[in-house]
Amino acid sequence: MKSLFGVTAWFRSGTPWIWLNAGAIALCLVMVVGVLGLIVVRGGSHFWPADLQQTEWAPESGQKKTIMGELVRAETVSAVMLRESGATVPAELESVTRYLVKVGNRDVYGRDFSWYMDYEISGWTVPEGAIALERRERGNFYGFPLKLTEGDKLIAEGVAMWPELMQRVERANAIFQQMKDIEKNDISRINNQIEKLRLTERRLVLEQVSEAELAEFKAQAAAENKVLSDEYEVIQQKLDQLRAESNRDTLIARTAEGREVTISLANIVNAYAPNDMSVWQKTRHYFSGIAGFLTEEPREANTEGGIFPAIFGTVTMVILMAIIVTPFGVLAAIYLREYAKQGPLLKIIRISVYNLAGVPSIVYGVFGLGFFVYIMGGSIDQLFYPEALPSPTFGTPGLFWASLTLALLTLPVVIVSTEEGLSRIPSTIRMGSLALGATKSETLWKVVVPLATPAMMTGLILAVARAAGEVAPLMLVGVVKLAPTLPIDGNFPFIHLDQKIMHLGFHVFDVGFQSPNVEASRPLLYATALVLVLLIVVLNMAAIYMRNRLREKYRSDTD
Amino acid sequence: MNQDKLTAPPVETELKLSDEKIKLQVNDLKLYYGDALALKSVNMTIPEKRVTAFIGPSGCGKSTLLRCFNRMNDLVDICRIEGEILMDSQNIYDPKVDVAELRRQVGMVFQKPNPFPKSIYENVAYGLRLQGVKDKRILDEVVETSLKGAALWNEVKDRLHDNAFGLSGGQQQRLVIARAIAIEPEVLLLDEPASALDPISTLKIEELIYELKDKYTIVIVTHNMQQAARVSDYTAFMYMGDLIEFDATNKMFTNPSQQQTEDYITGRFG
Repeated sequence: MKSLFGVTAWFRSGTPWIWLNAGAIALCLVMVVGVLGLIVVRGGSHFWPADLQQTEWAPESGQKKTIMGELVRAETVSAVMLRESGATVPAELESVTRYLVKVGNRDVYGRDFSWYMDYEISGWTVPEGAIALERRERGNFYGFPLKLTEGDKLIAEGVAMWPELMQRVERANAIFQQMKDIEKNDISRINNQIEKLRLTERRLVLEQVSEAELAEFKAQAAAENKVLSDEYEVIQQKLDQLRAESNRDTLIARTAEGREVTISLANIVNAYAPNDMSVWQKTRHYFSGIAGFLTEEPREANTEGGIFPAIFGTVTMVILMAIIVTPFGVLAAIYLREYAKQGPLLKIIRISVYNLAGVPSIVYGVFGLGFFVYIMGGSIDQLFYPEALPSPTFGTPGLFWASLTLALLTLPVVIVSTEEGLSRIPSTIRMGSLALGATKSETLWKVVVPLATPAMMTGLILAVARAAGEVAPLMLVGVVKLAPTLPIDGNFPFIHLDQKIMHLGFHVFDVGFQSPNVEASRPLLYATALVLVLLIVVLNMAAIYMRNRLREKYRSDTD
Repeated sequence: MNQDKLTAPPVETELKLSDEKIKLQVNDLKLYYGDALALKSVNMTIPEKRVTAFIGPSGCGKSTLLRCFNRMNDLVDICRIEGEILMDSQNIYDPKVDVAELRRQVGMVFQKPNPFPKSIYENVAYGLRLQGVKDKRILDEVVETSLKGAALWNEVKDRLHDNAFGLSGGQQQRLVIARAIAIEPEVLLLDEPASALDPISTLKIEELIYELKDKYTIVIVTHNMQQAARVSDYTAFMYMGDLIEFDATNKMFTNPSQQQTEDYITGRFG
């Protein structure tokens, strides 16, 4: 009777275990929510057009100066620490609040982030009429507009110029886009064809065709080259014309401390006046900023602009990986489970396959570089692209090798889940098929494999999740900081397996650790991480949706 | 003997094994699982277009014997068979026999309904598609006649392209029978076909067996003695891998010649 109450009874009831279990799950939830919350807040807030704040800065040594910019953050540090690092802090202060301000105007100040001590500045004000300009080069400009000119002609002045400025920025952007399209389509096509002619000629030389034949081709190639270079000339002229067009308008503005700056409208991506915007306008600006981030190319060594090539590269690579790994893994699993003679040898093979999943990914990267890129790629170049040598085609890291390495990396996952799926198919179903006069392989392909597809999809989900987030091996086999062109375009053969790609995971690494401008790239780091997480979620959801549809289709009462 | 048959009333004819046409003949069949002898020299004959029931306690070898008729035991690695089974006087264990072809002639229905994860239509058409039949008209026709033959047509004719797993257990079992008769086998093996079903579905299956015996030679394994008595013409009682007694069902259940059979039927053991 004594154990009905008290601590002993409480222990025996199992309550402590329930608390322990619930505690563990709560901890997991806190961590997941913490990670996501951090990257959402840090990455998401970047696109909100912050007010431009202005203050008077009066350092002890030097001149009084008006500064203006976005307040990034404030922190309180001990005066002792600051003194030790060389700052002259008034003796009576024990701690100092300092502000990190994005002052922009890198062309004027040399850098666009600065710290300001609390005791050196007056209060913050939000001046009306201040504008922020996102520029293609030299970062943001913060200041006040003075004049808008077309050549030497004055178009508008002061506040009245705003609608005119917006309209002309839009025009300059349209021209810029046009130039970009020409460069991307026409010029790349012409370059492609010229390169092809050169390679064909080289191949003919390597094949040692007769002099006459070679001369004939050379004549033909020269003619074609002539046509192409004429075409190029025309396009180049058009480009020059467009460039001049886009440089037509000029904005003259002054910085907060009064220096005049001349900015060509061709250099402006986006102009806005955050201090005069309503919440509604800011919201619109916020979402267009996010859209731009997702659809544009990076600028200024990845510290500005968007991440579209990285998203595109990641998705292309993962899809290619899935296309490679699925048939391989499924066929291997079918052999292991259905045909191989069960015995000690098979056991060893199976254990080896399972253990492959635990090999560190960088090892796969090294293998991919050493075997796929240098040996296989090198051989492919010798056999099929001798005319391009010594510059490698496939003998250098690229999209295909990255996908192949990841496919190898995720192969065990697909094999294991397919095998499990196959082993779960009830033997009565196989019997049913065999009893109708089906052979073993007919039974396998018409009944068993379709039933196991949900399990294969599960394996693929795991593989995709792992592959999309992998970075280490990719650095060795095909992912680069900045890939000038996408791996899929309008030039034959449309998907360029030999091309290097950008990748979100590597982009996070690059922006986080290799960036020349740490403060500017910090929010992009979080935003990129968020996109990577969301991308993996989307890929997973798509695969889970497909699996559930298959499950529904092949639902059996034994599940 | 023949005169007796002619003068006897047609319905309540006393069945006699010696009058029947033989479909399957088992000669000195021994079956080993590894070293264990599961069937000890079985000799019997299965009459054509009759229902033959195998009864006996669990583990007596009746299902094993049934599976010998379409060589399903071949799938068990450790299984070894001696002796012969003649179907229409041809040994089905002859190495030259095409097992897939044999299984087309000897259909089988299992204890648990095992439809394929396909539509009702595709389940029935499966066997024909294996034989390479592609003509939609032929397939439609066979599906319809088979489902009618399995007394399922009226219940499923409006949802032929729905998944077979949507059917009830009893319907699934009849679907499986339809699937088996779609390829027009000569012999139909039923391995406890109603043991996983409710009484009403069981009744339907039994009625179906009664109708099917006009066209097929049926061998049924059952645990349910009433069922054996109801559906079968002949009954074999097996015990510990031995065929103890084999005779017309009426005689077996009313006047068995072996003491063991009587004990089992009256429920004294087993």
